[in-house]
Amino acid sequence: MPDTTITLDVFRFQPDGGGHARRSTDGPTFKAYRVPYHEHWVVLDALNWIKDELDGTLSYRWSCRMGVCGSCGMMVNGVPKLTCAAFLKDYYPGTIRVEPLTYFAVERDLIVDMDGFLGKLKSVKPWLIRENEKPVDEGEYLQSPNELASFKQYSMCINCLLCYAACPVVGAEEDFIGPAALAIAQRYNLDSRDQGAAERADALSADEGAWGCTFVGECSEVCPKNVDPAGAIQRVKVDNVKDWYRKLLMPWGHR
Amino acid sequence: MADAIQHDILIIGGGGAGLRAAIAVAENDPDLSVALVSKVYPMRSHTVAAEGGAAGVVKDNDSFAAHCSDTISGADWLADQDAVEVFVAEAPGELTQLEHWGCPWSREPSGHVAVRPFGGMEQERTWFAADKTGFHMLHALYQTSLKYEGRIRFYDEWFATKLLVEDGRCQGVVAIELRTGLMHTLAARAVIMCTGGAGRIFAFTTNGAIKTGDGMALAYRAGVPLKDMEFVQYHPTGLPGTGILITEAARSEGGILVNKHGDRYLKDYDLGSPLDVTDPRHPQKRAMELGPRDRLSQAFVKEHEKGNTIDSPFGDVVHLDIRHLSAKKIRLKLPFVRELAMNYAGIDPIREPIPVRPVVHYMMGGIHTDIHGATPLPGLFAAGECACVSINGANRLGSNSLTELLVFGARAGASAAAFAREHETVHIAALDTQADDERRRIREEFLTKDGGTERLAALRSELFNAMEQGAGIYRTEESLRQTYRTVESLHERYRNLQIDDHSNCYNTELTAALELRNMLDVAEALLHSALERKESRGSHQRTDHPARDDSKYLKHTLAYRRDDGPPRIKYQDVVITKWPPGKRVYGAEASEAATGC
Ligand SMILES: Cc1cc2nc3c(=O)[nH]c(=O)nc-3n(C[C@H](O)[C@H](O)[C@H](O)COP(=O)(O)OP(=O)(O)OC[C@H]3O[C@@H](n4cnc5c(N)ncnc54)[C@H](O)[C@@H]3O)c2cc1C
Ligand code: SF4
Ligand code: FES
Repeated sequence: MPDTTITLDVFRFQPDGGGHARRSTDGPTFKAYRVPYHEHWVVLDALNWIKDELDGTLSYRWSCRMGVCGSCGMMVNGVPKLTCAAFLKDYYPGTIRVEPLTYFAVERDLIVDMDGFLGKLKSVKPWLIRENEKPVDEGEYLQSPNELASFKQYSMCINCLLCYAACPVVGAEEDFIGPAALAIAQRYNLDSRDQGAAERADALSADEGAWGCTFVGECSEVCPKNVDPAGAIQRVKVDNVKDWYRKLLMPWGHR
Repeated sequence: MADAIQHDILIIGGGGAGLRAAIAVAENDPDLSVALVSKVYPMRSHTVAAEGGAAGVVKDNDSFAAHCSDTISGADWLADQDAVEVFVAEAPGELTQLEHWGCPWSREPSGHVAVRPFGGMEQERTWFAADKTGFHMLHALYQTSLKYEGRIRFYDEWFATKLLVEDGRCQGVVAIELRTGLMHTLAARAVIMCTGGAGRIFAFTTNGAIKTGDGMALAYRAGVPLKDMEFVQYHPTGLPGTGILITEAARSEGGILVNKHGDRYLKDYDLGSPLDVTDPRHPQKRAMELGPRDRLSQAFVKEHEKGNTIDSPFGDVVHLDIRHLSAKKIRLKLPFVRELAMNYAGIDPIREPIPVRPVVHYMMGGIHTDIHGATPLPGLFAAGECACVSINGANRLGSNSLTELLVFGARAGASAAAFAREHETVHIAALDTQADDERRRIREEFLTKDGGTERLAALRSELFNAMEQGAGIYRTEESLRQTYRTVESLHERYRNLQIDDHSNCYNTELTAALELRNMLDVAEALLHSALERKESRGSHQRTDHPARDDSKYLKHTLAYRRDDGPPRIKYQDVVITKWPPGKRVYGAEASEAATGC
């Protein structure tokens, strides 16, 4: 090991105790691991080193190691981070505390339950909805660079869930659809090729939809891809209000 | 044990190929039930990492014949030309279909999709979504697949360990549900493998952790041959240390490669002569920086031998310089390149050149299929990087792979659906008996075993080193033999492996152990195929056999596994339709040579 090391304090939890029954089955613990310190290492490198060299039982998700697959989100010193983009040098020489994403049920160690999010994602119908599909042999739907730009930002979401772990409303209100799913709904609503806004409106105007958001803005702060879910939610609200007024004032004119 | 789960069609893998196949089945025949099994959530699949783009002819000045001939010469004539023709003809429709499913392709001011040039391509025909093409394609496909609720059932974070073959047909798999550790029998009338590549058998790779060649190994162990495994693509521009890819799009937008003297060294390697970066004709297609990847990676090694590369803490590099493109263009067209260079190389490419070196990127070889995605094992189909049709031959052209996922994913889906309609019976009881053996094996070899002395990480890093040393850009009989011996001994030592984790819930050490076994099997097939091919072609360069030898090797290698000893190697003729084997020419010579077809 090089002279310099850094300590990771890692959240451990194993529901079934494991065949070796090394850890208690009745609750999470933290375990400290001393790992070599390299300037170019990210927190994920340190976790991989722990798994390879010290303790094969540590479990977490990762794949791309380049900030695009969205699997490696964890709390790093209390802040939601992609661990493949969180450099040790930004924490050195302090101890780094690594925990699973807040507000999610923990499956094991640093792995959280994603099912809730997937249900929310599906509820906003995240696909292009058309009244009439154009046959493929008639070519593409035209879309100007400006039309593309109007939703592009919201299409950059990697589903890493950092924004959920930063959102106090998610913490208080389990059914809140949450920042990413709302941003993705807006990604389709704002796409010039899409005609599904009315179909998505139900999910979005329900209590646990955009109205659940108290506009804390933490989600946009932590988002590693600058999706700005908070901005998307504001727009959902404005659009909903417009729809609601339109329905009230011009019931005959509503599509 | 849980009861066997039954579907009509089982797709293993939720990347671009698997999702495209699933949608194809759902659209083709709404009565068929599809199971999509993936060891990671589909949107984590490594298709997400693809940056540059997807090729398909759209421009008026382009033609199918030109895309075919670029692909075939890029492949050093080892591609099957009937497959290439089908691929090229179906590419534009598939890319348009994806547009209809919401993929945010970059646009021209007219509203039409924009295309960019790419290495080895004579025309601009690469569709792109800025420099996150794979990411946008994968999310568009995944989100679209959610529409088929009821028809496509997702088994997310299930890890397939074995193919079940009964009555001469592939009828299912055994898969571990990672959350519970239960090992399920999944039965179906047809199975499609879409498990991606195997770049992880090398240490320095652009491939994500999941690319361990599982599907290739499962098929290989079930007696299906692996085709052309000796052909491994090195991408010329990876970041040193991490191997993170800097997309070829950086060069198609005009980026240049220079050595330590500031020379555009590619001019010395039969790739044409450089034009000044201010010349409106720069970058020239099929020349210099836009030559094919195999030739650019080989040029790096030669420059290194001449002492012209630049020292860096993570090995020697050359410089990829995009500064002259202007900050505005870099921000607009290459934002992800900038983000990656800033985060992982600590430099801003607007102000400094990017250090790069060749890095293992893509497997041209894979599970042997025909142009319908069918493997020789009835009931088993394959598509995507795990398959070898082959359109990529000895060297894939950049941006053909993403399109391949769509074209052959859809084809495999349709073929599997037709097969499933004709084969209704599934032998559940027999499958379950086979699955019981597999469950017992996994428990005994890993979960209840104590006293083994070999550590997973140690075996894995020995594999890495051996592959890097013996099976890299340049190979010899001796280097390959040496590496093969190491892999044989690693196979032996693997029997004595001990894992720490004996638990059920998310036992990621168990899956890593199973992956290592798959990597060893893939490495074995690769090395032996490379040993037997005593010529140099495309990405397979033998310094002891430096010339291409069409008289003996204008053939696909097929590696069949044997229980004792190295695989049996057979050969199959390459299909030639209109493009007789010729010399690969790039640079100025190329435009003169590009006559006829
Ligand atoms: C960094 C990078 C950039 C690239 N850029 C381009 C580009 O610009 N243009 C281009 O054409 N190509 C590009 N490529 C190549 C291209 O992206 C890949 O070849 C392609 O995405 C592979 O897709 P796939 O669907 O075959 O596999 P993947 O996307 O890798 O998916 C494999 C799937 O199989 C599943 N799986 C694997 N094993 C198991 C198992 N045992 N049990 C269950 N499920 C399993 C995984 O969970 C995953 O869902 C790039 C590749 C890389 C690495
Ligand atoms: S909006 Fe940002 S933080 Fe939230 S899931 Fe998407 S990428 Fe992650
Ligand atoms: S490992 Fe893919 S985002 Fe971190």
